[in-house]
Amino acid sequence: MVVRILTEPFDPWQTVQAHQRAHLAPGSYGATALFVGTMRDFNQGDTVQAMTLEHYPGMTERFLEQISRQAAERWDILDSLICHRVGPLNPDDPIVLVAVWSAHRADAFDASRWLMEELKSRAPFWKKEVTTEGERWVENEGSGTRN
Amino acid sequence: MTITVKFFASLREQVGMADLHIDCECADTVAEVWQTATDLAMPANTLMAVNQEYVEADHPVRDGDEVAFFPPVTGG
Repeated sequence: MVVRILTEPFDPWQTVQAHQRAHLAPGSYGATALFVGTMRDFNQGDTVQAMTLEHYPGMTERFLEQISRQAAERWDILDSLICHRVGPLNPDDPIVLVAVWSAHRADAFDASRWLMEELKSRAPFWKKEVTTEGERWVENEGSGTRN
Repeated sequence: MTITVKFFASLREQVGMADLHIDCECADTVAEVWQTATDLAMPANTLMAVNQEYVEADHPVRDGDEVAFFPPVTGG
């Protein structure tokens, strides 16, 4: 169970591969479910040129560790990995990675979906976009099921 | 009694500061910390945390607590 807040761009695919090699016994897992969130260059009809992601140092890590522990209690999973960018981002930059390993697919799918929805709705992160119209804070998207 | 108060994102910009310390016996709850720290009405959708755990506005505060106010989250 690993949680990482990253201030630099990262490659989610290499990160998953490295984590898998370092933390999971070969042959132990039959399912790996991944969610990767990537920055778009459009939002609400406007072109988005750049973005800054703010977090609450301390609380954000603590919250992500709490939901990782809850997922491990609720589903039969072997491991989880959450990585989330903060700081300045550009379109096409990966923002978030949620990966879950389990013996069978149902637990990996369900736990990763739940982790992502909890992260979207409750983890203390805030996006500020730079558009052609200027800077603006992104408004809460409600259920978080849009992206 | 000393309480550390933190504001994040759009609330930090509206309030005009990222953090401050309150040194008085003037706040028993999170809502009273807001009233002591700012001149503004608290926006209805404000989220609150004490010592980095989510709480409601009527949650009591104690000496040494870290109280945070922030808007709905938009990560992921």
